[in-house]
Amino acid sequence: MWFIKNSITRKNLMALTGLFLCLFLVIHLLGNFQLLLPKEEARLQYNLYSDFLSNNILVKLISYGLYASILIHTLDSIYLTIKAKKAKGSSYVKDNRGRASKWYSRQMMFLGSIVFAFLVIHFKDFWFVYKFGTLPLDTNGNKDLYGLVLVSFENLWYVLLYGFAILSLGFHLLHGFFSAFRTIGLYNPKYNSIIKTVGIVFAIAITFGYFIIPFYMYLID
Amino acid sequence: MEKEIHANIPEGDLKDKWSNYKAKAKLVSPNNRKKLDLIVVGTGLAGASAAASLAEMGYNIKSFCFQDSPRRAHSVAAQGGVNAMKNYQNDGDSVFRMFYDTLKGGDFRSREANTYRLAECSASLIDQAVAQGVPFGREYSGYLRNRSFGGVQVSRTFYSRGQTGQQLLLGAYQALMRQKEQGKVKLYTRHEMLDLVLIDGKAKGIIARNLDTGKIERHAAHAVILATGGFGKIYYLSTLAMGCNASAIWRAHKKGAFMANPSWTQIHPTSLPQSGPYQSKLTLMSESLRNDGRIWVPKAKDEKRPPHDIPENERDYYLERKYPSFGNLAPRDISSRAAKEQIDAGKGVGPLKNAVYLDFEHAIKEYGKDVIAERYGNLFSMYEKITGINAYKEPMKISPSAHFSMGGLWVDYDLMTNIPGLFAIGEANFSDHGANRLGANSLLQACVDGYYIAPYTLQNYLADQIQVEKPDIKHSAFEQAEADVKEQLNHFIQQKGNKTAEEFHREVGKILYDKCGLSRSEEGLKTAIAQIQNLREEYKTNLLVPGDVEDINSELERAGRVSDYMELAELMCIDALNRNESCGAHYREEFQTEDGEAKRNDKDFAYSSAWEWSGDASSPILNKEPLKFEYVQPTQRSYK
Amino acid sequence: MVIHLKIWRQKNQHTKGYLESYTLNEVDAEMSFLEMLDSLNLKLAKQGERPVEFDHDCREGICGQCGVMINGIAHGPLKNTSTCQLHMRSFKDGDTIYVEPFKAKAFPVIRDLKVDRSGLDEIIAAGGYISVNTGQAPEANSILVSHEESESAFDSAACIGCGACIATCKNASAALFTSAKISQLAKLPQGQKESSKRTVDMVNRMEELDFGHCTNTEACQVECPQDISVLNIAQMNYEYNKAKLKS
Repeated sequence: MWFIKNSITRKNLMALTGLFLCLFLVIHLLGNFQLLLPKEEARLQYNLYSDFLSNNILVKLISYGLYASILIHTLDSIYLTIKAKKAKGSSYVKDNRGRASKWYSRQMMFLGSIVFAFLVIHFKDFWFVYKFGTLPLDTNGNKDLYGLVLVSFENLWYVLLYGFAILSLGFHLLHGFFSAFRTIGLYNPKYNSIIKTVGIVFAIAITFGYFIIPFYMYLID
Repeated sequence: MEKEIHANIPEGDLKDKWSNYKAKAKLVSPNNRKKLDLIVVGTGLAGASAAASLAEMGYNIKSFCFQDSPRRAHSVAAQGGVNAMKNYQNDGDSVFRMFYDTLKGGDFRSREANTYRLAECSASLIDQAVAQGVPFGREYSGYLRNRSFGGVQVSRTFYSRGQTGQQLLLGAYQALMRQKEQGKVKLYTRHEMLDLVLIDGKAKGIIARNLDTGKIERHAAHAVILATGGFGKIYYLSTLAMGCNASAIWRAHKKGAFMANPSWTQIHPTSLPQSGPYQSKLTLMSESLRNDGRIWVPKAKDEKRPPHDIPENERDYYLERKYPSFGNLAPRDISSRAAKEQIDAGKGVGPLKNAVYLDFEHAIKEYGKDVIAERYGNLFSMYEKITGINAYKEPMKISPSAHFSMGGLWVDYDLMTNIPGLFAIGEANFSDHGANRLGANSLLQACVDGYYIAPYTLQNYLADQIQVEKPDIKHSAFEQAEADVKEQLNHFIQQKGNKTAEEFHREVGKILYDKCGLSRSEEGLKTAIAQIQNLREEYKTNLLVPGDVEDINSELERAGRVSDYMELAELMCIDALNRNESCGAHYREEFQTEDGEAKRNDKDFAYSSAWEWSGDASSPILNKEPLKFEYVQPTQRSYK
Repeated sequence: MVIHLKIWRQKNQHTKGYLESYTLNEVDAEMSFLEMLDSLNLKLAKQGERPVEFDHDCREGICGQCGVMINGIAHGPLKNTSTCQLHMRSFKDGDTIYVEPFKAKAFPVIRDLKVDRSGLDEIIAAGGYISVNTGQAPEANSILVSHEESESAFDSAACIGCGACIATCKNASAALFTSAKISQLAKLPQGQKESSKRTVDMVNRMEELDFGHCTNTEACQVECPQDISVLNIAQMNYEYNKAKLKS
């Protein structure tokens, strides 16, 4: 069963799901930028937007893809980590191999685990409550997700938790973005240097973008 | 008793001999080939190419090397290039010219027919290498590029930057691995051949030691091919790999194979100088550097100024001065000797005053740093790694060092030794280079022997072996050989003396370098022989080998190799002493022209010495193979 | 200068290894690292101890037989330099140097610092060649290869097969080694014909031999004595994906 055991194939899946999740990060961020509007305008628009997302059939389909991507990305990473551990054999007494690479490129599993743990919290606090919990309605009759967000970010420790998770995500992207392109076979030196730059810009932009929202919400309340 | 020697040169005109041979040689039909087993010892260019080619034909090959992978064989280290007669440069090259250059470069001491065949087959090698994916230097149009090399006036050298040997070897290695995958080759890495087994006078197998376990193994075959390279490492300090050795050919010699011209060792002019007593090897810098680098020494003795502060008029570009038409590209023997002359005259440079400058200042001015970097970039960075000096800014310091063995096992036109069924190819034999090898001819000879000659000539021998039973490893000859090998190994271990094999090796190497190196004299050689005999006696009682026989044991491996060097060293001196003339790399101080060049004596010494083992290292029997020159007239070699 | 050594000693694959301490009092800065080990071995032999087994041959950085971890770095502190090219001038008087073998599941220890790297040969045997028999080759200049293609193929072909990439990789991946051969041959017109088969066969062999996968940390290129580019790995992935999509 080559498609299960072969690590290039598994890496391909990781890369493709990773890139799909990158795309999602952009869309999610753009949507969340509505939180930065003046308070009451933001409430109505954000709740409307959330309502649209949860009822549109196309968005629904994409969201299944999203869940699948997260699952595959996670399972593959576990599989490959176990495989690498086996391949490594015994460890070195003195180990300075790290001088040849960036720390975050070696800690993708660790960074990814933080992001995953964060996702669980994030889903529980917002997605689950929105879907299955009871929320008050806004003046348009939509569930008031905005209100929930506002309340959640009243706590400084919660804001800091988000900050930490987003920083981890940022480093994960800093390596993951260009690495994904390598894995699927982009080998032209020129395009590679472009992708590397794009990847850095992307990682910084996403980190910064997601960073300001919790802090903004904390400050306006 | 001197024997008459037959080289079995085919009939016909020089240019027809090889085609005549091929037309008449006996063949083995494809379905019979799989019944025949062959042993190939060595996986360098000659060994790997022969093993791969023969396996492709259908023979069963057992391939041996002492390294951990066939790809490590020392062909890998050849830098500059490989010669071939393609005449792509339209500069007047031809097979005859290449043959003549090689013969003349070898100071008219090689066999015409063999040398001609080398030139004749050279073009096919480039075709083969390109088809294998060897990335040769190319023009922007996509055509192959050439560079010029020492000792010739045409550009016929093909190259892969400064790693030509590596690239050619990888081509051959990959061909070998392809046959391994197909089951036609069985690889025995980390195995060292310790004896040759003869049955009814024919080579029928070898005794090998598994270097990982120390176990002694017997291997039988219908023929044995030795492709074990040169023995320049006998000088201890040399450009060769640490493991290079003479053991396979020397043990074959002790079983009756003749050693031809053992004293002819090429001392390479452009290696890095020794920097201290701990030194284990001297690194070669490719001769191709001499294309663009200029060699000089200060005119004044004991010059203290750094090279940049020495003005042009106080520098002696001695090669350009002495040999204006070849200049810095004079052949290796001449360049080395000229360097030694300057160093001996006290004009050497560097902390130990043992080097000359190789300067790229002019070339960098003329072509720019980028062009020089593309041509020699890896050599410059290698130089910097070893010496810590940036050669773009400061001239390199180079000195002569032992490099290539022109001598080796005597072989006939078939590359078969005087023992039927024992073949020697590549540097392990003596055939093509006479008394001095031209640069970039070594890779060529190894490849041509392996790809194009051995596959034909072996068949010619094997055609008669189909009916012969495959030798049994239980045969008494195997038993005896194995017992002898074990006895020797035990003897090494049991001595428990005070000196390691390496210390003995350094001593014998020093004796040879001083007395049987760049220049030799009767007196010096006689002294050397006495010293070597003493050292050999000491080796029998005062050797220190730690560890066990049946275990991995590098010291024991070395002990065996040095033991063979102890005998070979004396033969080299005896050979040099016997040859009362100077030719090529063999420079006897008593025999020189008025201006100090080698003075040949064609009347008395137009022969190859084929030494026969008598049972005693000090009294070998000299057999002579007369060299007949029918197509060229030997002349005084002049590169002025 | 004085050098303290902590060297990995291990009798064979089946026994446990340990670090043994030695001190050398007269180390010359111009010595190569291996010459320093030679001097240790000479000392050990004279004391009646077993010298340290280590692999080496050409000692000019091209055969690929040498290679140890020096202070936890494959081939030691200099980048793109093999162990034999490393000189003691890279260390200071009084330094302690840890010397360990290359470690990976696919590289079992034979003794001390010697490891079995035959897996690399196996990967080449799986397909690292152009299937041309001796004698089949057409005239060399009938296959044109542009200067750039040839130079780029050379850059990949320069690999010396030492295994430092695997030793330094956190996943013990042989991706750099395998890809260097795949992309060398894929870059040349004469090698493209069987590129798909070659790539799939070599990649599969690499997997079977328990080498890990590549996560693009790029450490391998830093420690590679020939500075083989990590983009070769991307090309291997490309060739592999192309082959799989076509099949």
